[in-house]
Amino acid sequence: MEYTQEKINDLEQKAKRIRLLIIQMIAKAGSGHPGGSLSSTDLIAALFFSELKHDPKNPNWPDRDRFHMSKGHCCPLWYAVLVGTGYFSEEKLLTLRQLGSSLQGHPDRRTPGVESASGSLGQGLSVALGMSLAARIDRKDYRVYVLMGDGEIQEGNIWEAAMAAAHYKCDNLCAILDYNGFQIDGKTCNVMNLEPIVDKWRAFGWHTIEINGHKMKEILSAYKEAKKIKGKPTIIIAHTIKGKGVSFMENVCDFHGRAPTQEESQKALKELT
Amino acid sequence: MAEQLYQRDVYGKTLIELGKINKDIVVLDADLSSSTRTGIFAKEFPDRFFNFGVAEQNMMAAAAGLAASGKTVFLSTFAIFASGRAWDQVRNTICYNNFNVKIVATHAGISVGPDGASHQALEDIALMRVIPNMNIIAPCDGPQTAEAIKAAAENKGPFYIRLGRPKVPTLENKGEFKFGKAQVLTEGNDIAIIACGIMVAEALKAVENLVNKGIKARLINMHTLRPIDTEIILNAARTTRGIIVCEEHTTIGGLASSIDEVVSGNYPTKVIRMGIKNRFGQSGEPLELLKEYNLTNVDIEKSAEDFLANR
Repeated sequence: MEYTQEKINDLEQKAKRIRLLIIQMIAKAGSGHPGGSLSSTDLIAALFFSELKHDPKNPNWPDRDRFHMSKGHCCPLWYAVLVGTGYFSEEKLLTLRQLGSSLQGHPDRRTPGVESASGSLGQGLSVALGMSLAARIDRKDYRVYVLMGDGEIQEGNIWEAAMAAAHYKCDNLCAILDYNGFQIDGKTCNVMNLEPIVDKWRAFGWHTIEINGHKMKEILSAYKEAKKIKGKPTIIIAHTIKGKGVSFMENVCDFHGRAPTQEESQKALKELT
Repeated sequence: MAEQLYQRDVYGKTLIELGKINKDIVVLDADLSSSTRTGIFAKEFPDRFFNFGVAEQNMMAAAAGLAASGKTVFLSTFAIFASGRAWDQVRNTICYNNFNVKIVATHAGISVGPDGASHQALEDIALMRVIPNMNIIAPCDGPQTAEAIKAAAENKGPFYIRLGRPKVPTLENKGEFKFGKAQVLTEGNDIAIIACGIMVAEALKAVENLVNKGIKARLINMHTLRPIDTEIILNAARTTRGIIVCEEHTTIGGLASSIDEVVSGNYPTKVIRMGIKNRFGQSGEPLELLKEYNLTNVDIEKSAEDFLANR
């Protein structure tokens, strides 16, 4: 077995803790995007707690792996993993979305560990592409990871970047697609169908890995496989459940961009403790 | 006859100069590298040049990623695409992050000529000027283009540098170029003429003709549009009878608006706007178009005379 059960259990516990922090901070803020934060949690927890080469004490370490969250509205997840890996203290999470806070409603460079702002969708794959090309110029072997939402890839800019990353054979670039099947107005298949999604990325010259985005073993294997692929970028197409981990939020479109009420938040926290 | 240079040629050569001394300079283009002259940098430094194809949005946001990794990025395309096609990427991913991305936009203004309205950026200064952190330079000639490019390389943050398509005469005796400080090219207290880009040469001809008619005009080359030199504008407002603004751009939101914003709250004076008046451009040779849109030295001269006659 490639990954010990102990490691898997540990990552699952950490992911559960991240979900708890997400609910706490969004509930305190009174607004935010729980659905997509929860659907991406296992993917990003595995990345930060196991894969990413980084140094929270030295966020500008030149050889660090880069992470960028293109679906910026899910920044509560980003903030929680930054806390979990030691970039800043947990109390700060409760200032989310408040005036003067370093934790803005969408990612901003004033947050330690955040390298580029996001929020206007469809631009993060390009940002990651730029980071990937910088590694090539500097002859460094760091990797670049970028998290995208499924609704987000309806933006044309994504496909411009997809074409360019394959053209420039960016094999240090790994995109992660949180394919939870929902966007603000409803199911992606009804709002603007993305299928056949794997074929699209393959046709653009990418190596594709399709996984269950909530199974730690599959996630870790996917990151490992991506590292071995040479001559092309990789996309991990992760099938996920929007609102994963909180029973009454799962597959409920309304929780894309709504904070839980106090009552709902109590109920959610009980499920996550 | 004064030397005539393509600003784009000077840009390409300056990039090579900078590329030799600064290894962190990276250059991008979107399928226009022969027109914008980034192509000559590509030949010299193939490892630090990336062509993005016809995909300006990707080029802008990827520039941000390169800048996030410590690079100083110069990127080029035509002004119409640089300012309009990828505005959101410029705002949200370059300027909001305050990254070192220097947008050098060529083929700005009506003087693009025969390509017509779709390719004549007449709104780009307005579009770029409203974004926090953005610095803007519209150099008046070839040598000043080199100064502008160097200033962009030396100063942190995003820049928009506006260059034209045709050759422009080199203007002598401009004095030292200082980013953010306008240049007084001729002294005079009857009227002030403030211009940028290729309009400076037109305005200079007008000023020389006005002298023969006993009118002394102060010509100011406002090469830096952001941050704007408020001191020189207010001085002109106080010590002349009015200001004529000349720009190869819509009269809404560009240089004239910048001047008005400074004087209106501090020292209100009459500001005459010479530019494109709420119209699209069209095909024609550059000089024909300047005539059609009333932007030649003859038009400026007449405007100054009329203004003073009616005071």
